[in-house]
Amino acid sequence: MSNLNTEMVEKYRNNFLQEVTANVEEGEWVKMCMQCGVCSGSCPLGPYWDHPPQELFMMIRAGKREEVLTSSSMWMCTSCYNCVARCPRGLPITHIMHGLAHYADRLGIAPKGQQTRKFANLFWDNLTKTGRVNELRLGISLYFMNGFAAGVKKALSMAGMGMGMMKTKRLSPMEYFGGHSIKDKKGLQAILKKAKEIELAKEQKF
Amino acid sequence: MAKKEYSFYPGCSSQKAASASNYQTSVASMCDELDIQLNEIPDWNCCSASIGFAGGGELPRLALSARNMALSEQAHPDQDIVATCAACWLATKETQERLHGDDALMEETNQALAEGGLKVKANQNVRHMVEVLIEDFGYDELGKHVTRPLEGIKIAGYVGCQTNRPFGIDGESFENPKYLDKLVETMGADPINNYDKKVSCCGGALAFSEPEKSQALIKDIIESAYDGGADMIVTPCPVCQLNVEAYQDHINAKYNTKFNMPVVYYSTLMSVAYGKDAKQAGLDGQIIKAKQLEEIAGK
Ligand code: SF4
Ligand code: SF4
Repeated sequence: MSNLNTEMVEKYRNNFLQEVTANVEEGEWVKMCMQCGVCSGSCPLGPYWDHPPQELFMMIRAGKREEVLTSSSMWMCTSCYNCVARCPRGLPITHIMHGLAHYADRLGIAPKGQQTRKFANLFWDNLTKTGRVNELRLGISLYFMNGFAAGVKKALSMAGMGMGMMKTKRLSPMEYFGGHSIKDKKGLQAILKKAKEIELAKEQKF
Repeated sequence: MAKKEYSFYPGCSSQKAASASNYQTSVASMCDELDIQLNEIPDWNCCSASIGFAGGGELPRLALSARNMALSEQAHPDQDIVATCAACWLATKETQERLHGDDALMEETNQALAEGGLKVKANQNVRHMVEVLIEDFGYDELGKHVTRPLEGIKIAGYVGCQTNRPFGIDGESFENPKYLDKLVETMGADPINNYDKKVSCCGGALAFSEPEKSQALIKDIIESAYDGGADMIVTPCPVCQLNVEAYQDHINAKYNTKFNMPVVYYSTLMSVAYGKDAKQAGLDGQIIKAKQLEEIAGK
């Protein structure tokens, strides 16, 4: 277990709802859920969720910390906003799913091999480096994120699509060397660093 | 009509040689005809779409969109911000609403922006290009520019998720928004009725990380268009466009289907109907060729 995780377990003892309220994006909304279940029928990848949103909210209130944070469920959120459009209580469910995923990732207890976890981290790294997403490099790191052999296999299976994209000039091999970028990378990185600092400092205060 | 100007947020996928560069080409042609001037936000950055959440916390992600708004305020203070990508529009609009609903958040965001020498008020409207077309022009006006009606082409209007939820287009329902069908009709083509996957999810960014699961969703979206008798699909979203067009080979191999359904942007249709040539309409960017549109554009 990571240190941060142990620290949080001690800090909040048995009050997982309070921990979520304090540390998870839009977490203060969880207590507003009336368990109607409308959201749970809304997820496009619903059949693959061990615990649909309504159940996650119930488990948070029941203090099932470990089960919630190590779940792969919220990583299956496609950000379709079906749930948000339908929830009678107006919960920002999509954001809470992203927030739970982010928190579990930060604590180091999100499921290890989770593909969306890896991809979402790659995406963030890719964009913070240059300020813009470099689709080719993102694609290549995506293929190889599960190791070299798996990467070669995956890259081959996607080669047809890649060629189609290249032929239509919607993917450029030149992107690998440099490619799209903003000018004020330093400024952007300073902004992001500060934003992170402020966010962590706020958490400490709870 | 006088020239209309907007502060333009093109987004990563629209860049040269990126996955939606053909979207940008057709948008430019469409705007040329409608006398719209898009003023690109100087040095704009990625909005982190809806997938940056693992690495980026709430405030860093809001700061990304806030930086874009701050740059827009400096360069084009009196113009609305316009995005062509659904995810860009959503991220920016959401940031704007949250900053206005929460003074503390506004202050924290500005503290972060100050590190880059910027400040945000977030007072500009944040709009999708489709809103500009419908609200600032209207179907009648848009129809007046048609020189080559897209007669006889049957089109499934695939609205998808993020142009529709949580904000959507004013006056439209979440379950059955009609604007895309009306645009299709305005261009002289036939929208298919009862397209039951109109607002279904294509998997979004999870098409990369969960390809099999997402392709099952995409298969239904295409199948339903065929069931309705469609010749092609039209969409306002670059993620939808890529996902629904690019994986048809994979889906065919896995499900034994014979999909070969072109997927175009509303701006592709409009450029062709407005008399632009195939290149200007971005038709060379189709992985699955839209032959009927090529024929009209070649006349
Ligand atoms: S739809 Fe809203 S109120 Fe109903 S279970 Fe889901 S989050 Fe709770
Ligand atoms: S946004 Fe996420 S949580 Fe909500 S319905 Fe879609 S997949 Fe489910």
